[in-house]
Amino acid sequence: MRLYLAVFALLAAVHCEELINGDQVLRINAESEDHIQILKMLERDVDSGLDFWTHGFSTERPVDIRVPHSSLHAVKDFLKKNNIPFTVMINNVQELLVREREEMARNAEVERQTKGFDFAAYHDLETIYNFMDTLVASHSNLISKVNIGSTYENRPMYVLKFSTGGEKRPAIWIDAGIHAREWISHATAVWLADRIATDFKENRAPVPSILSKMDIYLMIVANPDGYVFTHRSPNEFYRLWRKSRSATSNPKCQGVDLNRNWDAEFGGTFILLFSLVATDPNGFALLNVPTFSLGPGASDDPCAEDYRGPSAQSEIEVKNIADFIMSHGNFKSFMTLHSYKQLLMYPYGYSGTDAPDRTELHDVASQASKALNSWHGTVYKVGSIFHIIEPASGASVDWAYQRGIKYSFAFELRDTGEYGFLLPANQIVSTARETWYALRYIMQYVCDHPY
Amino acid sequence: MLSVIHTHLESVSSRLCYATVLRFINSSSSGPRSSPERIMKAFCSLWLLLSLVELSPAPPASQEPPLVCRGATDPAPPQPETQEDMASTGDLEPTHFPARRAAQVALHHLNTLHGSPFRVFGLQQVHKASAEDVAAGGRKYSLDFSVTDWASGSAGPALRCSAEVMFPRTQQHSGPEVQLRCEALQQVSSTAEEHAFYQKYVTPDSAVSAQHLPDSYGNMSEDMQPFWRLARVAASFIMLRESSENTEFNMVQVASITQQESSEKQLMLDYVVLLHDLPSQEIVQWKLLVSWSPDRGVRVLQTEWQPRCPHATKPPN
Repeated sequence: MRLYLAVFALLAAVHCEELINGDQVLRINAESEDHIQILKMLERDVDSGLDFWTHGFSTERPVDIRVPHSSLHAVKDFLKKNNIPFTVMINNVQELLVREREEMARNAEVERQTKGFDFAAYHDLETIYNFMDTLVASHSNLISKVNIGSTYENRPMYVLKFSTGGEKRPAIWIDAGIHAREWISHATAVWLADRIATDFKENRAPVPSILSKMDIYLMIVANPDGYVFTHRSPNEFYRLWRKSRSATSNPKCQGVDLNRNWDAEFGGTFILLFSLVATDPNGFALLNVPTFSLGPGASDDPCAEDYRGPSAQSEIEVKNIADFIMSHGNFKSFMTLHSYKQLLMYPYGYSGTDAPDRTELHDVASQASKALNSWHGTVYKVGSIFHIIEPASGASVDWAYQRGIKYSFAFELRDTGEYGFLLPANQIVSTARETWYALRYIMQYVCDHPY
Repeated sequence: MLSVIHTHLESVSSRLCYATVLRFINSSSSGPRSSPERIMKAFCSLWLLLSLVELSPAPPASQEPPLVCRGATDPAPPQPETQEDMASTGDLEPTHFPARRAAQVALHHLNTLHGSPFRVFGLQQVHKASAEDVAAGGRKYSLDFSVTDWASGSAGPALRCSAEVMFPRTQQHSGPEVQLRCEALQQVSSTAEEHAFYQKYVTPDSAVSAQHLPDSYGNMSEDMQPFWRLARVAASFIMLRESSENTEFNMVQVASITQQESSEKQLMLDYVVLLHDLPSQEIVQWKLLVSWSPDRGVRVLQTEWQPRCPHATKPPN
């Protein structure tokens, strides 16, 4: 009896929680009248927080109880001590609800052509490349796969081209995975590819109308070498790799930060100043002094995570993309997916000065972030890269903007820091969907505002 | 072009040298120059030159790390003052990084005081922020912000806080000082969850040990979550200490946890945690010896900076 009192006291000390995260549902098989009496006592104790899903006890059928997370150990111990058999029927109720909701959302969508691909999981490069081929095969009237060149380690770089025809129509560029460790960006892009294809097939606005006027180019893995590296081992040195995998001037350190390697204020403005000082006619001799690169927010140290590389576009991955976009010549929007921090940003990264189109870009980004927020309540902050996240030179978005691609945006996807780069896979579909809402808004806007 | 140079000069030089070099550029280069002017120009040019050399960042005040495995990637590398730094006194834009970085520092402080295996606070939003220069070259931020408890999930309430965060600017790095007030923060209450967790693991035969929390896919078992939160709270001590206006730390992963023998009725845990610094994008590794009990809270007994070594663990072939 004392044992019962002790347990009740413990359970009573637990105040009812409204949340059900971590709660479990236990299935109890009462085997004797004693067991039934115990269950009745538990049910009578309203302070215990136990939520009986079955009422009326007998030895003929199981009794299901939702047990709050905080009481789990106590309740299980109690059942064990009294030799009452039980099993864990639902391991985590909150998780289940989230999963179910996402499952329902998935099922409500049109049946996928891709053969049972699991969008709620992170996949390695080979699987993603296979997915691309399957997608292209299932939507061959819309999608083609373009090989824009090879990586440092000689892997192909693929872009999915969504087009209903025409000749070099005004186009939208979206890339993901330029930083290898930001797995949610690749996973989101995989989902997006499928979503765009499905929306087109099912004639769901605004995708068909956008695709009647514009092409969409989607690069799911912009840094294949880096991505493969992150899969080589759970050791953080591999999983948290950011850069490319090229050899550098330091044999101990590899890789360049591909988002500091673009030709946008790569060398900073210092070189200009130095040539002035050096040409002082009063003979102040500084001519033999080497000039130093000074774009902010990037490093000249090959071992640094934000190493900009020896020169702009020194990285083949960057060169391939830049050459492709320049030779196409008709891109109207450039968007890049990263993680984490929940931000939607526009140029500049290298300077705090307002871009000429700042007002319009800020409006578009604000509206897009509202659209994003409407799915799951996720809050994004909006602003220029320099002000919101950090000064950064040699960034792709600056490069695109300076080449006349006005609607250039950078996304930092979920979350704000709790899991960071290691975002749980069960958040992939939610993240992808809310991101799609934002992208869809921007694409619609770009389509409605030709220039 | 001149404005571009202006911008650049502002960002790297003190006002005196800036004025000097600016005068040089603006004035025509005819006529002899006076001796003091030459000296000033020479000094300032040299000063400019030196200020542009990226000096090797100092290792943390606690110890000199050995230069192994990857060469110099030390925590909290100081960055040159940016244009933003020069401008950011007075009212600050709450969504911009200077306000956010200061708020994160206040968060670290909050977690050292009130964090537990069942409570970790995260920043929800900065409402208002301002900064002013203070005596001896430091800068003080005043902040109004909201936080949520990560352990409560997305349904948890937001707490309103205000804080002053003072970043000193000394030769040797010293951590920021924080004054903090949050509404409705229960000062005492350690919950039943905490007690249950404590009772379960303070037993002599408990020997919890794990790696990679969460794993590469973001997974973490329910049982390990309180240990993860405990690590996050302990990491807050380090992140607070190592913070400056040019850093923005977060904990990425618990690389390993090994329970030690309980001492003085405290849970004793050996952690290796991985921190991420947003401005430099560096991953920094720290070994922490942590004690905890519901009564005494979290204490960090030992800290040790660790170099990151790829050779230690070979990848599977």
